[in-house]
Amino acid sequence: MSDHGHTEHHPPEASPEFEIIETAMRELLIEKGVFSADDVNNQMEKDEQIRPENGARIVARFWSDPAFRERALADGKAAAAETGLDLNVAPDLVMLENTPQLQHVTVCTLCSCSPMFVIGPPPDWYKSTTYRKRVVRDPRGVLAEWNNVLPEDMEVRVVDVTTETRYLVIPLRPEGTEGWSEEELAKLVTRDSMFGVEQALRPGEAGR
Amino acid sequence: MAQRGVNDLGGLPGDEPVDREDHESHPFEKRVNALLRLLTHPRRKMMRVDELRRGIESLNETEYAKYSYYERWVESIRRIMLEKGVLDEAELNRKIEQVRARSTG
Repeated sequence: MSDHGHTEHHPPEASPEFEIIETAMRELLIEKGVFSADDVNNQMEKDEQIRPENGARIVARFWSDPAFRERALADGKAAAAETGLDLNVAPDLVMLENTPQLQHVTVCTLCSCSPMFVIGPPPDWYKSTTYRKRVVRDPRGVLAEWNNVLPEDMEVRVVDVTTETRYLVIPLRPEGTEGWSEEELAKLVTRDSMFGVEQALRPGEAGR
Repeated sequence: MAQRGVNDLGGLPGDEPVDREDHESHPFEKRVNALLRLLTHPRRKMMRVDELRRGIESLNETEYAKYSYYERWVESIRRIMLEKGVLDEAELNRKIEQVRARSTG
């Protein structure tokens, strides 16, 4: 039985050796015509534009437009694409709606699959070995680290993500936001709330 | 009981708190991400995300622990490209030496 006790302590930067291997592969693939240097630059620009704000817009529309909510629960990917995202090559997307009785939390225990086509690359904590080990065992304890202490009688559903199907958690709409515009509502939706580890901000907390 | 994969972490022991500190994406990370997107694009179909996963899961435990997140991707993509014959090992190694000479020269 192997020991999984190791933790991650490496910097985000690559060691020079991996930078060299990546550069060599990229240059060879360009020489072979698999893609062009422009393709690389265009792809990087495209990736830069996908940010948590995109997901926040989806959540805000989900909260405020009942017809959109219905469509989003039936086909999350098609609904997300309505907000202008290019999801042609993206995997399936399922929306998980939190209620006062039910909190969804997402994790990829095997890797790091996330709704990155909608909110951008996952945060470091989501990819960390500690989160992946612990959240399936002690979700309430993990959420408490986000100051998200759930009532005893609330159900917590931990959802393990796959490469084929990604999930976007729809946090509970905060109280006191009746009549707010989608734009105002979107400012309450944090990146981490769309993974289900924290709640959306309350009125007055936004912009901190 | 079946042997767990090196990547299969769900439910394993460990009580240390989750490190919630994040970092801005490094250019290397953006390039590796773009590389995967281009190779997996339906127009090219040079590899699939499942294959990236298989490449990562085939790392031994020492490699898995030692490599950073995107270093694992690079090593997986390298293995898959060689396995599929998209790149040839000798040709890749020659290119690696050229890039190394350029970057240290």
